[in-house]
Amino acid sequence: MRSALSFLSNALSRISGSAGAQTVSELLIDLSEYASLMTPSELTEAPPTCAASLVSPAVASQPLAEFNAQVTFDLKPCELYLLETGPAHTTQLTRKEGLQLYQTMQTLRRLELKADQLYKQKVVRGFCHLYDGQEACAAGIEAAISRSDHVITAYRAHGFTYTRGVSLKQIFTELTGRRGGVAKGKGGSMHMYAPHFYGGNGIVGAQVPLGAGIALACQYQGNQQVCVTLYGDGAANQGQVFEAFNMASLWKLPVIFVCENNRYGMGTPVERSAASTSYYTRGHFIPGIRVDGMDVLCVREATRFAADHCRAEKGPILMELQTYRYHGHSMSDPGISYRSREEILEVRSKSDPISLLRERMLSNNMASAEEFKEVDTMIRREVEEAAQFSCSDPEPPLSELCDHIYSNEPPMEVRGTHPWSKLRSIS
Amino acid sequence: VALWYTIKSSEAVTVRDALNQAMDEELERDERVFLMGEEVAQYDGAYKVSRGLWKKYGDKRIIDTPISEMGFAGIAVGSAMAGLRPICEFMTFNFSMQAIDQVINSAAKTYYMSAGLQSVPIVFRGPNGASAGVAAQHSQCFAAWYAHCPGLKVVSPWNSEDARGLLKAAIRDDNPVVFLENELMYGVPFEMSEESNSKDFVIPIGKAKIERQGTHVTLVSHSRYVGHCLDAAAVLAKEGIECEVINLRTIRPMDVDTIEGSVMKTNHLVTVEGGWPQFGVGAEICAKIMEGPAFNYLDAPVTRVTGVDIPMPYAKILEDNSVPQIKDIIFSVKKTLNV
Repeated sequence: MRSALSFLSNALSRISGSAGAQTVSELLIDLSEYASLMTPSELTEAPPTCAASLVSPAVASQPLAEFNAQVTFDLKPCELYLLETGPAHTTQLTRKEGLQLYQTMQTLRRLELKADQLYKQKVVRGFCHLYDGQEACAAGIEAAISRSDHVITAYRAHGFTYTRGVSLKQIFTELTGRRGGVAKGKGGSMHMYAPHFYGGNGIVGAQVPLGAGIALACQYQGNQQVCVTLYGDGAANQGQVFEAFNMASLWKLPVIFVCENNRYGMGTPVERSAASTSYYTRGHFIPGIRVDGMDVLCVREATRFAADHCRAEKGPILMELQTYRYHGHSMSDPGISYRSREEILEVRSKSDPISLLRERMLSNNMASAEEFKEVDTMIRREVEEAAQFSCSDPEPPLSELCDHIYSNEPPMEVRGTHPWSKLRSIS
Repeated sequence: VALWYTIKSSEAVTVRDALNQAMDEELERDERVFLMGEEVAQYDGAYKVSRGLWKKYGDKRIIDTPISEMGFAGIAVGSAMAGLRPICEFMTFNFSMQAIDQVINSAAKTYYMSAGLQSVPIVFRGPNGASAGVAAQHSQCFAAWYAHCPGLKVVSPWNSEDARGLLKAAIRDDNPVVFLENELMYGVPFEMSEESNSKDFVIPIGKAKIERQGTHVTLVSHSRYVGHCLDAAAVLAKEGIECEVINLRTIRPMDVDTIEGSVMKTNHLVTVEGGWPQFGVGAEICAKIMEGPAFNYLDAPVTRVTGVDIPMPYAKILEDNSVPQIKDIIFSVKKTLNV
């Protein structure tokens, strides 16, 4: 079996030009990519030669002068609500920006696929909500804001956790519940934090008022920062979301509400849960934009527009990103009882955010296929290393069980499971 | 310098004014502190606790919210995560139920879930428990509910000095603090100690106070019922029964040591609270006493005096008989002492 899989994997990597699959799930993904994306003309191309060493994307085997340093792209116009003008219809992408966006999205993709694998190996437990398919949202938003801005999202949070600066090692190690995790194993998949990144929130919709509150702090402190507050199509029906809309509008808080509409709230398609699926209009008195969430350049440009709106003290704005998740709601959901495999494959073949960017850059001579392959190989290696580390890092010590109950407090006693168990808690 | 006895200053201060002054001083001291809630600004507060603050500090620091508890509690918590020090007022704690997810899941648990990366320095305050004639939906005591949860501090002042010192401590605390006031106490004046005049006067959270020394029985209470215990103690003293009255001041973390020390002296314990009996503050005290050294000093089982196990009725005679009265405390003490 193993040799048959290696044979298939090698064959695919020769034909498609990407680095070989490591796992069955990666293999299946490569197979579907191959089946959907290959056109007759590509099949006749000679397979690219492998780079002798793994180099960073900045060092290409072709001389840099042969590539276009910058290209202007037309963007699909966004639908607008309560706005006279919207995001720009064209955007300029430099080679460097493009490679960076590609690297970010590919890292997110491989991160999630590896998380899938680790979950199936039972080293990741509990809930695991994967973001593959939605990479353009996190990458595009991050590209349009700065680290001093703020981001808060729900539980499908691995993407933003990475883009906000948490290392792959710290992410995987949090998933496997070891001491090197970003939350020392206390939080898990849904509760990872970083400076100006407020998780990772498990209660659907609760993060929306929190995000408005973060924006209140920005306004209060007069620091010109904005808070990107994400929620899904499912959370869009929560009452507290509308309470947050009202107060954000009343007080002109610098919050960008982002609805990541991936068409399904767990197993329920949007048509069955929302009287209005025009999520970008559901802010009622809040201007809205509907954005192609599979196009990272659209997301980036729309976020720039939204951030400008907020920084100009015009109050909140709502961005609906139309996106898609390849996985089910979580690892417990195969994701095929409420949607068809055909639908999933169609999105993969026509709208995959990573392929879209790569094809754009290739057909505009901004980079070579070889470079992309090098990036892929490098990312796979990084992800593999981080995952290996996460499996070998020791578990958190029991002595730390009760730590971090209170902040800035002298050590205290915490009752264990019975009266003779007196545990220690330090801040 | 800490004083063991209180020096009476010339003017008595109501609990309302003590709370007002505490907030005023903390708003002045730290720019990050602000107050938000329904009617707190232009109305001067539903119960006038925030009177004058909006006039002094303006819209930025004193914020009127729409009637959106879940929303504004979440906004308050978010602002605390991003560096401010909000005081989030619930008009009464009954309405906090609408926002309880934000208090527990967003505020209380976050420091632990993030392994210390994200703290939430917030105070949730407002009147708690029975009022007068406001019926079932407006009379619930939430001490037990909030005190159940790790990550929260739960404070319940009785008199003006408590209100002042504990509110200042709560605002300066880097953790989420649930501050349970009592509407019936707002207008009650108390003499204040000299020491409490200081702008840095804080009462440590987690420390109970022995309001009255005694030898025969320990009475433990919080909030308004501390007064009832002292009144009962005065009556019982005439019959030669000396009660030690402990004012919990903090429900969580509870000062068990003070209770145990007292019980080891008096050998008898009666708890008094306004909330319902099941799974309540008194129930927790009983459990804690049984698990510790004081159990062996008890000459009788602990007695709990609590609110009646019913939703609060409206008619005065019914309401009066739904909460502990002084005669109930006296009766319970005598039963416990078997006299």
